[in-house]
Amino acid sequence: MDDSVLERLQLSPDGIKTADRRLIQGNEAICEGAIAAGVHFYAGYPITPCTEIAEQMSIRQPQVGGVYLQMEDEVGSINAVMGASLTGKKAMTATAGPGISLMQDGIGWTQTDEIPALIVNVQRAGPGLGNATRSGQMDVMQARWGPNGDREALVLAPSTVEEAFWLTLKAVNLSERLRMGVIMLPEGLLGLMREVVDLPDYATVPTEDRITPDSDPEAGKYDGTMTEITPFASFGTGHRSINGRWLEAGGAGGYASGSPLRGLEAQDYNIRRLHNKVLSRRDEITFYETSETDDAEVLLVAFGTQARSAQFAKDELRRQGVKAGLLRLITLFPFPGEVLEAAAANAKQIIVPEMNLGQIRGEVERALRQHPAEIVGVNHVDSTYIEPDEIISMVPAAARHQREGVTA
Amino acid sequence: MTTEAKPTTSSRRPVKPKPMEEYIEVFGNVPDEEEGQHFRYCPGCGLGIAQSAIMRAWDRIGIDPEKLVTVGGSGCYAVMGSYYKASQAHMGHGRACAMATAIKMSDPSLTVVTLQGDGDAMAIGAQHFVHAARRNIDITVIVFNNFVYGETGGQHGPTTPRDTITQTSPYGMVENEFDIINVALGAGAGYAARTTVFHAQHMVRAIEGAIRHKGFSVVEILQNCHELWGKRNGMPKATDMLEWYRDNSMTSAQAAKLEPEDILGKFIIGTWTGPDRPELSEEWQKLVDRVQSGEVQAAKGGGGKPPAP
Repeated sequence: MDDSVLERLQLSPDGIKTADRRLIQGNEAICEGAIAAGVHFYAGYPITPCTEIAEQMSIRQPQVGGVYLQMEDEVGSINAVMGASLTGKKAMTATAGPGISLMQDGIGWTQTDEIPALIVNVQRAGPGLGNATRSGQMDVMQARWGPNGDREALVLAPSTVEEAFWLTLKAVNLSERLRMGVIMLPEGLLGLMREVVDLPDYATVPTEDRITPDSDPEAGKYDGTMTEITPFASFGTGHRSINGRWLEAGGAGGYASGSPLRGLEAQDYNIRRLHNKVLSRRDEITFYETSETDDAEVLLVAFGTQARSAQFAKDELRRQGVKAGLLRLITLFPFPGEVLEAAAANAKQIIVPEMNLGQIRGEVERALRQHPAEIVGVNHVDSTYIEPDEIISMVPAAARHQREGVTA
Repeated sequence: MTTEAKPTTSSRRPVKPKPMEEYIEVFGNVPDEEEGQHFRYCPGCGLGIAQSAIMRAWDRIGIDPEKLVTVGGSGCYAVMGSYYKASQAHMGHGRACAMATAIKMSDPSLTVVTLQGDGDAMAIGAQHFVHAARRNIDITVIVFNNFVYGETGGQHGPTTPRDTITQTSPYGMVENEFDIINVALGAGAGYAARTTVFHAQHMVRAIEGAIRHKGFSVVEILQNCHELWGKRNGMPKATDMLEWYRDNSMTSAQAAKLEPEDILGKFIIGTWTGPDRPELSEEWQKLVDRVQSGEVQAAKGGGGKPPAP
């Protein structure tokens, strides 16, 4: 077990016992991470390249006393996940491509009505039907902005199979803590890749449960700070609940308990609260990895599997004497602009390799709009993976080396 | 499919109404007029009759409101859930059956009742409706069928009768309509009932029978929308539509004695039983028990048998 993987996700390795070392697929790691976190309800519809999650869950859920429901479509799946969560279960779904488009309505409900859930999008190449068996990173901005209305999203992208396990566990924990749907955004490549993972004894991993009227009736009282997280009243637990809102706690609009606001004031308050609830907790939800960024004049910003290419490129650039660094984003949204600014303090050039036409690059440009560095992308939409050489060739000094066949 | 009326044991018991205060005490959540709240139905709307009938049915069964969940979507009826002391999922348009399936699977001790409109259950949510029926999950679906999309101002829907005028069939409706009972029975519902807002006592018994039924059950309540449908089709008052239901309804037993052409345009009220198939939440629990006891293992690459003929 690599403690640095856990520490990066603010998971304490203390007390976690390793139970098994196995060669497993990314999709299976996601299943196991979810089960370790206490997910006892899976609803989904088979779709490439995440079908293995459904298959594995159909085996595993009965073993842990949970429920596997294969729904009639992705719309039914996300609504079933919400129904289970409203009944107190930790619940998840997984999909890809057109399936994640169909789920956008429900994902918006999980964020707006504050229903804990895990939504995994094992990205295929898009748009439209796309290429089912090939990877992409094309759903990044959809993950942030897909559903209607204005609300924050928490979007997480793993880079290795081991990280997929722990990040899934963390995503479930955060969905419970923040009372919202959390989106995991691996690529098909990671979903279908096999790597060796040390699986822990699930009884020893840190899990979190939503606040309930029984665990903390005083939680989330209206205080005007717009950051409240109110207790979640699950169906059948003796508390009257509308969509998880604990009605006895007051607040005619069902917003934070004790809120004196009504009508449009309550609407304004609640939309701002949904933003502030997430943004005020950035310290708890911003995960990333930096490598040699302190003096970096060339900063690579990457995520998911493509960050592994970027790591190679960074090492090669360093060997050639270029002061290169890597910022690997795990939390894509809320976009970690402050982390980027710090990593880019000395940067003259910023390179963003991604398997789309510049979705994260756009966020980088927005965060660094006052920054003098040149910001360029390396973009693949043919589902081939970005080679380290392509990243290196974007650096003028290194490109000359490449042309002249010089090695450092 | 059998279309014979089979009265359930509960339906023989006459409805002896108690004062409404007694139902409200247990199940009701009356809008607080001092807070500026009020019942959000049009004057004369049949949803009020249905709302009461549902409470009476719960009372006859003796359900604990803490173990009761209603699931609703979008439509005039969607506020009904908030007028009950039961917990409520008030979620996306048409998704009630998917959500109710998951609620029942997550806690089989709950009584789960969906409150849906004709558009909610039969148009945008039709796929969830038929698959919940196929799974035979133990939920009760109550469909308020007023032939029209009321909340958006009276557009035609999947049950709008042919040739009638709506906001989006200004020349008369050219599409065919769904028969909700036939859809339900065809999809595997074990219990389906049709009633009208005129037949308030029958409505109570139909709902009671549906909730008592172990498995997927449907109650179609023919409801008056005189404001948005009746006015455009020669029945401008609530009483016009109630009389229309009174004068054009017959029981399924009466209808069985008549020729098909004699029952055209009539509302056949009654209870129908569908196939007797295993209920999903019970079947799932049995599966979990067999897996956890080690009696069965997940099949790898075969091991199944051809399905029984």
